[in-house]
Amino acid sequence: MSQSNRFKRKKTFRNTLEGMIPKILLACAFLSIITTFAIIFTLLSETVSFFQEVPFLSFITGTEWTALFSEAQQQFGILPLVAGTLLITVGAAIVAIPVGLASAIYLSEFAPERVRKVLKPVLEVLAGIPTIVYGYFAITVITPMLRFFMPELNFFNALSASIAVGIMIIPMIASLSEDAMRAVPDHIREAAYGLGSTRLEVALKIVLPAALSGVIASFVLALSRAIGETMIVTIAAGATPNLTANPTETVQTMTAFMVQAASGDISFQSIVYKSIYAVGMTLFVFTLVMNLMAQWIARRFREEY
Amino acid sequence: MKHHAISVQDLNLYYGDKHALKDIKIDIEEKSVTALIGPSGCGKSTFLRTLNRMNDLISGVKISGVINVHDQNIYDNEVEVEMLRKQIGMVFQAPNPFPKSIYDNVAYGPRIHGMRNKNELDQIVEKSLRGAALWDEVKDRLKDRATGLSGGQQQRLCIARALAVEPEILLMDEPTSALDPISTAKIEELVQELKQNYTIVIVTHNMQQAARISDKTAFFLNGDLIEYNDTDTLFSNPEDQKTEDYITGRFG
Repeated sequence: MSQSNRFKRKKTFRNTLEGMIPKILLACAFLSIITTFAIIFTLLSETVSFFQEVPFLSFITGTEWTALFSEAQQQFGILPLVAGTLLITVGAAIVAIPVGLASAIYLSEFAPERVRKVLKPVLEVLAGIPTIVYGYFAITVITPMLRFFMPELNFFNALSASIAVGIMIIPMIASLSEDAMRAVPDHIREAAYGLGSTRLEVALKIVLPAALSGVIASFVLALSRAIGETMIVTIAAGATPNLTANPTETVQTMTAFMVQAASGDISFQSIVYKSIYAVGMTLFVFTLVMNLMAQWIARRFREEY
Repeated sequence: MKHHAISVQDLNLYYGDKHALKDIKIDIEEKSVTALIGPSGCGKSTFLRTLNRMNDLISGVKISGVINVHDQNIYDNEVEVEMLRKQIGMVFQAPNPFPKSIYDNVAYGPRIHGMRNKNELDQIVEKSLRGAALWDEVKDRLKDRATGLSGGQQQRLCIARALAVEPEILLMDEPTSALDPISTAKIEELVQELKQNYTIVIVTHNMQQAARISDKTAFFLNGDLIEYNDTDTLFSNPEDQKTEDYITGRFG
């Protein structure tokens, strides 16, 4: 027997499997990429055909959205839907950022280990509640409570919906921000304590700035979810496109319109059908910009510790 | 005869069930360098951290006994631990600058203790950086990130940061263990200068370093203070057999 064959690769099951595994994994990775491109393609092609019937300029500057009216009265101005979406998102941010950040600071810097071990998983469970539950919570609890203080309030209103969306994204901000703050090494905290810092000073002047990129990224991610949130706003905010900055009014968001249009009996290839895609594209651009912003911010504020 | 900056009586410390410091009694002279030596886990760093109550941050630590600084027991209930740590600064094993600019690192301490005046801050920053023999190297880039400095420079920055709150006592926990020989030599030289104005307690695993820079040396073993004497005496003529075994390299 020649000695040179001692290390020759044999056709064993182990070797065959080892050869196949990377290909299988690659195929899995490709699946989601292909899907993403397919979605963008459909979105784009329907959007393009929508803009062959409706001028782009009147779409992005129009102040009336009456897509579901009879053909003679149809107007496709996206601004009322954008206003509704922004109203909800800003309201949600006002609720969620302070509360979420405060929770993160408490969990990361103040909570005893025992408390943290209980609170953090609870917070993460909260993040798993289906959003339709938040939607019903909004109309059965939040809206009646608000109407107790503001009897004039519409039953369907942006305020109640944005509070519910805000509550929904609190766990996300709290949990991700807490991760970012916990990742700040303890030796930096020790240095601050060694100089005579109080706990609050360590949290606000040392840990928070050091974790800022992760904290801001958590805000942006959470707000992207708020922009795309559908169920809560469909249930609680109403179905009236309304160009307003007044949170007590009934509004419709981009997502809520898409649900409403898709659940009605509209004909395939009609202008209303295509308008769903145009609105979807607008939504996509919004979340894309948010995500790019998150990446830019994370890079910009990266602190090497 | 120098005054005692720190006077420790019957200090005992427990980590849970572990008796980590046993009946420690030691007087530390002011404006001198006291080295704490001993093998890993002997309690020297733990002891150092009792002096500015850094052990308070660790749950499960129980401490009894008295540590007097200027005749005031720092474990008294009425002691405000933040004020204590302002007076007793600390430099850690690995350089741990804040992820901020060089200027902000040094100015952090004075700022949290209420200093707002920009001119005064500038002066303190310069004085502290000079005190830590770093000024000439960084004066043109005070706004640069501290994490971009070399390890030795970072450690001197940490010393400057500690000096900026004008402590009387400086605790150093193996400050050169992460540094190269040249940076180590600079820090040792600096310690010699600082003892003109500060009381320095330094933990070191390096016996040559203790012999080079300290006036007095305390040898710890398994939570006991075995021997405490003038450095020259302790290294040339140790009283305890265990000290002799350790410094001659028979264990540890």
